[in-house]
Amino acid sequence: MIQPAKPADLVTVNIDGKDIAVPKGTNVIEAARLVGVDVPHYCYHPKLTVVGNCRMCLIEMGLPAVDPATKTPILDPATGKPKINWMPRPQIGCGTNASPGLHIRTTSPLVKDCREGVMEFLLINHPLDCPICDQAGECKLQEQSTGYGRGYSRFIEQKNVKPKRTQLGPRVTLDDERCILCSRCIRFTKEIAKDDVLGFIDRGSHSTLTCHPGKRLENNYSLNTVDICPVGALTSTDFRFKMRVWFLKQTNSIDPESSVGANTVVWSREGTIYRITPRRNDEVNDTWMADSGRELFKAVRAPDRLTAIKVHGADSALEIALNAAAKLCQDGGVAVVGSGRSTVEEQFLTKRLAATLQAPVYLVSRVGKGDGLLVSADRNPNIRGALVTGLIASLPEVGKEGAAAPIRIGGLTLPSGCPFPVGNGTAPLAELAAAIAAGTVKTVISLGEDLVIANLTAALLTKVSVIYLGTQANATSAAAKVVLPTLTVFEKSGTLVNQQFRIQKFAKAVPAAGGAFDDLMVLAKLIAAVGGPALPSDLTALWKTIAAEVPTLATMTYANLPDTGLLLDPTPWAGLPFVEGETLHFKPAAAAVASPT
Amino acid sequence: MAVIQVSRKPLTFAERTYLPQIVGGLKTTLKHFFAPNDTMEYPEQRPAIPPGYRGVPTLVYDPHGREKCVSCQLCEFVCPPKAIRITPGAINPDDPTAHVEKRPQEFEIDMLRCIYCGLCQEVCPEEAIWLQNQYSTTGLSRAEMVNDKQKLYELGGTLPDEHFKWDKKKAAEGGGHAH
Repeated sequence: MIQPAKPADLVTVNIDGKDIAVPKGTNVIEAARLVGVDVPHYCYHPKLTVVGNCRMCLIEMGLPAVDPATKTPILDPATGKPKINWMPRPQIGCGTNASPGLHIRTTSPLVKDCREGVMEFLLINHPLDCPICDQAGECKLQEQSTGYGRGYSRFIEQKNVKPKRTQLGPRVTLDDERCILCSRCIRFTKEIAKDDVLGFIDRGSHSTLTCHPGKRLENNYSLNTVDICPVGALTSTDFRFKMRVWFLKQTNSIDPESSVGANTVVWSREGTIYRITPRRNDEVNDTWMADSGRELFKAVRAPDRLTAIKVHGADSALEIALNAAAKLCQDGGVAVVGSGRSTVEEQFLTKRLAATLQAPVYLVSRVGKGDGLLVSADRNPNIRGALVTGLIASLPEVGKEGAAAPIRIGGLTLPSGCPFPVGNGTAPLAELAAAIAAGTVKTVISLGEDLVIANLTAALLTKVSVIYLGTQANATSAAAKVVLPTLTVFEKSGTLVNQQFRIQKFAKAVPAAGGAFDDLMVLAKLIAAVGGPALPSDLTALWKTIAAEVPTLATMTYANLPDTGLLLDPTPWAGLPFVEGETLHFKPAAAAVASPT
Repeated sequence: MAVIQVSRKPLTFAERTYLPQIVGGLKTTLKHFFAPNDTMEYPEQRPAIPPGYRGVPTLVYDPHGREKCVSCQLCEFVCPPKAIRITPGAINPDDPTAHVEKRPQEFEIDMLRCIYCGLCQEVCPEEAIWLQNQYSTTGLSRAEMVNDKQKLYELGGTLPDEHFKWDKKKAAEGGGHAH
């Protein structure tokens, strides 16, 4: 891993004749990557310790010759340049760190021979499984045997037989024959997930990856081992045999399960999402993400998905529904329940909607237990977006932890086999409940929030007219007078502000489900229907309005937001008692630690 | 561009009578009257299909009755008109061919799209898809022109196998190489 370095820490190395200054301690693989030279490797991973056991990254190295007596560099009389003493044997690139004057050859005949030899040994016991292997298409063994291998095998003996379909845990299937013993998965569980369950047994070519006795690979980060497996040994049980990766379109997205905002890639084909994998962002999630975030796409095609506009329980059209909603709001007494799951843009429009209706805004808090890694305590991905856009001025009230129903994200109840903390601190909305009971609130507009889970009893809901904008059916949508089906995070583009106040964008991965409407469009039309200004509903135009009105976002547009996000100035909200504890790349401010949560 | 006027040669007397041409034409007709036929009475008569003919793509079983396709979807990928559509699936663990792990759940070839190029056969790593002798395919609706998995195996039947790759693999599992 490259640490940002002061210029003084830079050392100049020479890779294939090209000089480059790299931070001290950078290894040869990373340094070569900077000059565009590929050093093939299997066991090395930038976010894990270096073990150097695959030997694929062998390179030739040399250092400038120094006169033993005077300690001055010896110059080559022919060229006038320092003479390089090349080491007679190859070195591993991952374990060789940049030092001043280091010279590297990655294309010499020796290196080429080494790579061919290593490839041949790796393929000796590797089964010819590619047609049925899920890794095919993104397999390092395929890529590097094509790029650096010999092209034919001299091995005529019978290959080793190992277990082919071992369930290491609820979500990971292991094919031991394909394993090349790089130990990335072992290092990951030990170093990152801190759940040391994997190890090798037996010796030589009989070495086999397995779980320690009595243990299973079932932590909430188990699927990262599948991502980092350079071959098809570890495969995702869920994605197994579902689709070949070369058909899948990759869309950058954000994991909406908590305020960490892990960067993800959504893999889809023809409008169907097949899997979600992490996307590298060294400031947020490195190259990891939680297993729980990978199943959220199932909400898109879930049976409880809302796909029809309903007015008083009957199917309707958008204009009629909007007019019905406007009529419900006519007499005042409106309350808006915004959402910490909405995007920044939606929250901005929600704020305008509330302002037009002069309605109070409530937000549902969703507090669980942080796991200290990539699932934070605040399960609302965009509470800070609500603060930035001014939808709310202070944090929503936090209820008793774990008192309510199991957490549901985008309508999907998370698998019970998933051992990560499934708290859904009840969000009392006590003030709103009191207002409803007193009769001052007659209409509630809910943006995808199930008010029943948020502690408004069904009896209270019968006292008010509910206008529900959301993706999934629930008790609130059932009780609602007007239901406007909207989009899941995979069907729209937008931005979220994570716990670091980093605004990150996600893009639309699949087309909207039939019958569901874009949140922004529905909100903009609703604002117009209740007598507010005409606001744009497409991102580009809307961002001009947002930038003009929200000082923190003044210089931003959706298009110029970098893929790794942009840190916003958090000082206006520094004193707020945020609930997050420490997670990867995030330390809560002192005030938050002292807060009584 | 200059135009060159070419004057037509005047017809000779014989040509003006047309008789030599009529006789020549009759001669040709008479020759074909006795020569063997070049056409045939299709569909009662069918042509002999030469080896290597690229007919309708089909799926085949190996001689032991195992469906050879493992749904690797390479044919779907390579198909230029995107005529192939595969839904991959896992083989049931108690199936005798469970060691193959994967087979198509559904396999559809849209014969309205297929251009009979044979790339699917060429790319198939399992030698499961073959363009065989069937050349005529008809249907009364678009849906009928899509060959599903069952139809493809009906058309394909069983072909000899030179490798028995998966049988060897299964034999190795029982052999002395496990530990």
